[in-house]
Amino acid sequence: MADTGIGAAVQRKEDFRFLTGRGTYTDDINRHGQTYAYILRSPHASAKIRSVDTAKAKQAPGVVAIFTGADYAADGKGGLPCGWQIHSKDGSPMVEPPHPPLVADFVRHIGDHVAIVIAETRAQARDAAELIAVDYEELKPAVDTADALKPDAPQVWPQAKGNLCYDWHLGDKGPVDAAFAKAAHVTKIDLVNQRLVANAMEPRAAVAEFDRATGEYTLFTTTQNPHVIRLLMGAFVLQIPESKLRIVAPDVGGGFGSKIFHYAEEALLTWAAGKIARPIKWTADRSESFMSDAQGRDHVSHAELAMDKDGKFLALKVSTIANMGAYLSTFAPCVPTYLYGTLLAGVYATPAIYVEVKAVFTNTVAVDAYRGAGRPEATFLLERLVDKAAREMKMDRLDIRRKNFIPADAFPYQTPVALQYDSGDYQSTLAIAEKKADVAGFEARRAEAKSRGMLRGIGFSTYLEACGIAPSAVVGSLGARAGLYESASVRVHPTGSVTMFTGTHSHGQGHETTFAQIVSSTLGMPIENIEVVHGDTNKIPFGMGTYGSRSLAVGGSALVKALDKITTKAKRIAAHLMEANVADVEFKDGVFTVAGTDKSIPFGQVALTAYVPHNYPITELEPGLEETAFYDPLNFTYPGGCHICELEIDPETGVTKLINFTAVDDVGRVINPMIVEGQVHGGLAQGIGQALLESAVYDNATGQLLSGSYMDYCMPRADDLCSFHVETHNTMCTHNPLGSKGVGEVGAIGSTPAVINAVLDALLPLGVQDITMPASPHKVWQAIQSATPAKAAE
Amino acid sequence: MPSVAMTVNGKAVTGNVEGRTLLVQFLREQLGLTGTHVGCDTSQCGACVVHVDGKSVKSCTLLAVQANGAAVTTIEGLAPNGALHPMQAAFREHHGLQCGFCTPGMVMSAVDLASRNGDPSEQEVREWLEGNICRCTGYHNIVKAVQAGARAMRS
Repeated sequence: MADTGIGAAVQRKEDFRFLTGRGTYTDDINRHGQTYAYILRSPHASAKIRSVDTAKAKQAPGVVAIFTGADYAADGKGGLPCGWQIHSKDGSPMVEPPHPPLVADFVRHIGDHVAIVIAETRAQARDAAELIAVDYEELKPAVDTADALKPDAPQVWPQAKGNLCYDWHLGDKGPVDAAFAKAAHVTKIDLVNQRLVANAMEPRAAVAEFDRATGEYTLFTTTQNPHVIRLLMGAFVLQIPESKLRIVAPDVGGGFGSKIFHYAEEALLTWAAGKIARPIKWTADRSESFMSDAQGRDHVSHAELAMDKDGKFLALKVSTIANMGAYLSTFAPCVPTYLYGTLLAGVYATPAIYVEVKAVFTNTVAVDAYRGAGRPEATFLLERLVDKAAREMKMDRLDIRRKNFIPADAFPYQTPVALQYDSGDYQSTLAIAEKKADVAGFEARRAEAKSRGMLRGIGFSTYLEACGIAPSAVVGSLGARAGLYESASVRVHPTGSVTMFTGTHSHGQGHETTFAQIVSSTLGMPIENIEVVHGDTNKIPFGMGTYGSRSLAVGGSALVKALDKITTKAKRIAAHLMEANVADVEFKDGVFTVAGTDKSIPFGQVALTAYVPHNYPITELEPGLEETAFYDPLNFTYPGGCHICELEIDPETGVTKLINFTAVDDVGRVINPMIVEGQVHGGLAQGIGQALLESAVYDNATGQLLSGSYMDYCMPRADDLCSFHVETHNTMCTHNPLGSKGVGEVGAIGSTPAVINAVLDALLPLGVQDITMPASPHKVWQAIQSATPAKAAE
Repeated sequence: MPSVAMTVNGKAVTGNVEGRTLLVQFLREQLGLTGTHVGCDTSQCGACVVHVDGKSVKSCTLLAVQANGAAVTTIEGLAPNGALHPMQAAFREHHGLQCGFCTPGMVMSAVDLASRNGDPSEQEVREWLEGNICRCTGYHNIVKAVQAGARAMRS
């Protein structure tokens, strides 16, 4: 049998259907009698709704129904809940404004949901929506992140004074102040981590139906976590019991965080399907995605690093303003707090850290987790700060990192910001990356580039992240309103093939292959005999879904536990069949043997016996061979590594060209190295995209989204990027049964500062000290033009 | 409503469409060929690429009536049932897809490139794919797959 087990670069089981156009994405699903919905959205960032007149629209051809915010409110249904509650420094809970799926009185961002039009065709729904007359009284919006806290800023919510959602802190301020008082040098930096749009290639979509005969609702939706949607929508929004609500997440075309959240359209379609008793389909066009998918990042920060005379870090203090947008999206409050503040130790043994985060409301689209979620922001801040510190201390940029790394023998390592790292080897990942990227030869390459009139730079990032989200008790104590375990079921069929059910969801990650590989290794069968099922609340016992690089570390661990139960039971059956003591039965490569004898029976025979229990220990053991396990992790996992970017800038045009990108990551146990490399590649492209290309831009005066299409929002294209050198150097996670740490986010977390540090390295000879992201040709060119000769001479 | 007639994946098809109906809407909604995807509304992403008379075309940028009389090939028609075209096989071999949403357009575009240039360089592939956006792969493995697929198509 070809090796299809753990560690093999197996080709993906899911690829055939995707490559032949046989995938089933939500918009591909059609139900009998289906209607189509169009959402009428606000064209204003902030306005009072004086009136909504749907009379004319209701007469338009093909219209089935139109519902407004007033209709929704009159029906007594709930608003979209927030899944995480943060408390401010003073102990008060965050301000949590209402979040109705259709608004009745005020619109608070462009794209806010005003009405839903349901018609026989997509075009008819859209045409009718144009006939709805909404009388808006425009108000001045609060848009810019830092400006939102200013005394004269327009107020987004009356209950959020000064637009403040919460004022949170973490760390012990006393030791930090003491360390700063005795520091030999303090490096200070101001940074903007710009807003991004996740832009999964499949726009969000939903198909809802209601069966009057059974009273059951079904929602097909583009989600990363169907059970979470069922819980939130069923319990908090529409009051439908889980037993009457089925959520299906079929093939989903990418998520990157943006499809975690419970969205208004999901609730509206399900609610309206009950009202009209016909199926309804809604599919966002890309313009709608830009103004209704939760966006990412958007921090404004000031940080200070205290060092002794040798560049040893003594203390760090950080102050951040984080933009929540107009409403609190499902997990928004935890992103700039427990996924950010807790990461500010990074890979460094900084003994004292204090961070303050003010979350603000603005009249912009909601902000929530986007690939990395908080951890890229922390990494960007640290790695920019460390580079600046090295320059000010006149130290080598790698030496200052090496000097401050948490040593490989210091694990478990308790940081001053709550986390306890279990394993890592930062010196080694740096050393390997340094060699692969030929850092030693860089100055010669820089000189050669200079001879061609080009500015060459090299940039480094040594990073860490916390993922494998998450220990339920820990996150519960930090404000999570849910547990974050995972489930797995293994159903061995009578003839020995296996169907495996996971509560995680694959939207590009290849779970149908990697999870099958774990089964293949454990039960000794080829992956062709193993099917992996995910994404349907009627099939899967329960699950928390896929985000935070958790699927393998948490869901894979649940699978290991379920497989343990299978082999334990199977051994008892095998012992009975071989008339042996169960303690003497061994199981390897799909065959049960009795130690010290030549007795053996294959797994398939045991499976058959479990379902045809003629000769069976029936008084001791139930028939059948199917087991379910839930796994709640003991700790987060801590992937980390080193990214090195080399690039050239054309000083005449400001165009930056990537020359080489090296990523050496520690992701723990690798199940499928091909898939792991692919995950890193994709993350790198998104991180590089943030550094050089992407930005969600709002007009500060009107709150209009200026980057609302692919014509304006610069997505990374094939010719913007280079080939990457990617490899892993792994230390095992010490607290889960696989040793896996997770890989989904490392590329996006480590890469962004490596690119910007390389840009600044290239521009250093001209005296350029800072550049904001994205470092577009325009900005680079401006930076070059405004660099003063005096600075360059320093 | 205007009627249209064309050959799609080797089969003659007809239909009545609105004047504003896009070719991609006709393919997906009337013919049920849902392998061709829609990822944007500005002709940027290329998820909808099909072949019209042998050339790659963004089917969101063509009205169905403009394809009247044309021979259209979609991802479903690239290889007979149960088989993979060499370009599809190369994408699987080189892990040139993750979520699969951009994949049909990416493959159809790559086949057109390979028919024009049997041995494209990395740079040629990257420039050719400028009109196809992928958010998952960082293009690294797509580029490898297209080069390998082009070589396989030649042999």
